[in-house]
Amino acid sequence: MNNNFPMLNTGYIYLDNGATTWKPEPVIKKINEYYNDFTANAHRGDYDISLRVDNEYEGARKIVADFINSDYKEVIFTSGTTDALNLVAEGYFRKHLQKDDEIIINYAEHASNVMPWFRLANDLGVKVKFAALNDSNALTLDSIKEVVSDKTKVISLAMITNVIGDLRDVKEIVKFAHERGIKVVVDGAQSVPHIKTDVKDLDCDFLAFSGHKMCGPTGIGVLYGKYELLEEMEPRNLGGGMNASFDSPEEIELKSIPTRFEAGTPNIEGAIGLGAAIKYLESIGMDNIQKHEVGLKKYLVDELSKIEHIKMYNKDTISGTVVFNVDGIFSQDVAIYLSKYKICVRAGNHCAKLLKNKLGTDNTVRVSIYIYNTKEDVDKLVSLLQDKNKILNEML
Amino acid sequence: MDSEIKKAIIMEHYSNPHNREEIHDDNYIKVNSKSETCIDNLDIYLKMNGDVIEDLKFYGEACAISTSAASIMTELLKGKTITEANNIISNYDNMVLEKDYDKDCLGDALCYDEIYKQTNRINCALIPWRGIKKALDQYEEKK
Repeated sequence: MNNNFPMLNTGYIYLDNGATTWKPEPVIKKINEYYNDFTANAHRGDYDISLRVDNEYEGARKIVADFINSDYKEVIFTSGTTDALNLVAEGYFRKHLQKDDEIIINYAEHASNVMPWFRLANDLGVKVKFAALNDSNALTLDSIKEVVSDKTKVISLAMITNVIGDLRDVKEIVKFAHERGIKVVVDGAQSVPHIKTDVKDLDCDFLAFSGHKMCGPTGIGVLYGKYELLEEMEPRNLGGGMNASFDSPEEIELKSIPTRFEAGTPNIEGAIGLGAAIKYLESIGMDNIQKHEVGLKKYLVDELSKIEHIKMYNKDTISGTVVFNVDGIFSQDVAIYLSKYKICVRAGNHCAKLLKNKLGTDNTVRVSIYIYNTKEDVDKLVSLLQDKNKILNEML
Repeated sequence: MDSEIKKAIIMEHYSNPHNREEIHDDNYIKVNSKSETCIDNLDIYLKMNGDVIEDLKFYGEACAISTSAASIMTELLKGKTITEANNIISNYDNMVLEKDYDKDCLGDALCYDEIYKQTNRINCALIPWRGIKKALDQYEEKK
């Protein structure tokens, strides 16, 4: 699909894009530019390079906003999805939930969309309820309907999960939730990099995602929130850059939204790097990216289906993720075997530790595809998995 | 030890692990051993008779190295006194971590004498042994 990823020259076949992604030249160039040509702090100086930092940093916010179809004031830079989900839980919901209120999640969620809610449950006496997954391990509105009650205040879910990779009908779920006054938090870590995201169309209340899973740098992410909800959200950090004045504990004035949520020197290289990454993805087109991934997944599934000793757990989901096991071989041994051929895949529970009872196994091998992966990558992977004896022989 | 023989020992203990059994018996001390960086996750069950390891079992999901190491460990330590066991444990640790060690007490566990060359496998080889160490320490504390 494209060849401007310097990591492609290393000979690695990278199939762990659910964990993080490689960076294209325009992103690396942008970050270098900041360090080589205009290093200065943001929101500070009266000199030209600091003003340029402001323009680039706030420009990146605008790029993000356009990308997800929000207002730029509704885009808060965080350190990643985890940080963003914790900010929503702690900054907004800690204030708005009361004892016996209910939060709905499900067993396929990533740790970062489970643990912040568990903390609220422990601290506030709110209840975390689990919507069931269906026979294909996917989540549908029907299973949410089964657990919803008049105490439900929040539904928090990934748009695409990081193991099964099912694309949830968030729009339909939001509509159902809003009819009952329920807020919806969307974990977009595995969806925003891969499909077109429109927060106005989804009508979700909050959306969290990470830069590094979409060709951007590590350490940068985004929390989108509806403006009227952000007005009621508490900053987690207080300090420089987010206050307008502080004379005494009674006299504190915060800056406007979203700056008040970004205390301290921001991750400048991260934000502008993310801006460059989004521009890069847009130059390819999100529809093309999704088409490429789904097509390659289908090819991989078709090929792996021919191999008797391979069991797949998510053949039918529409995404770029395939999870499987080789019969009788521990997933980590398979991953280490493949690594000897410079193929990078992930083994384990993929931070979705609640999912194991559903799959009947704790651990799987996960292949997650992105824009730079090719049919040749898939062929190489499949050829290495053909012969079980070869795996057993070479995995040690 | 020839590398093909090492491989054969590991594969044999991985395919047919000895003493791999989940125990529900209060006479056993149960400890869990896992790593923060990999996905091996083993329970170790220790039954003592005075100063002697009367029985040793393990159970859990783990890779070939970790599973075989657990199997070999249980065979090696069963019937040993606490002092003997601690001596074997520290020699094994030293071998895996590329320090000086006494070959004579390690038996089949010598098949991991070059595991240090694969940094992503060192932990796997240590996980069951960290478990037995913890279990023995617990037993000594209770005494």
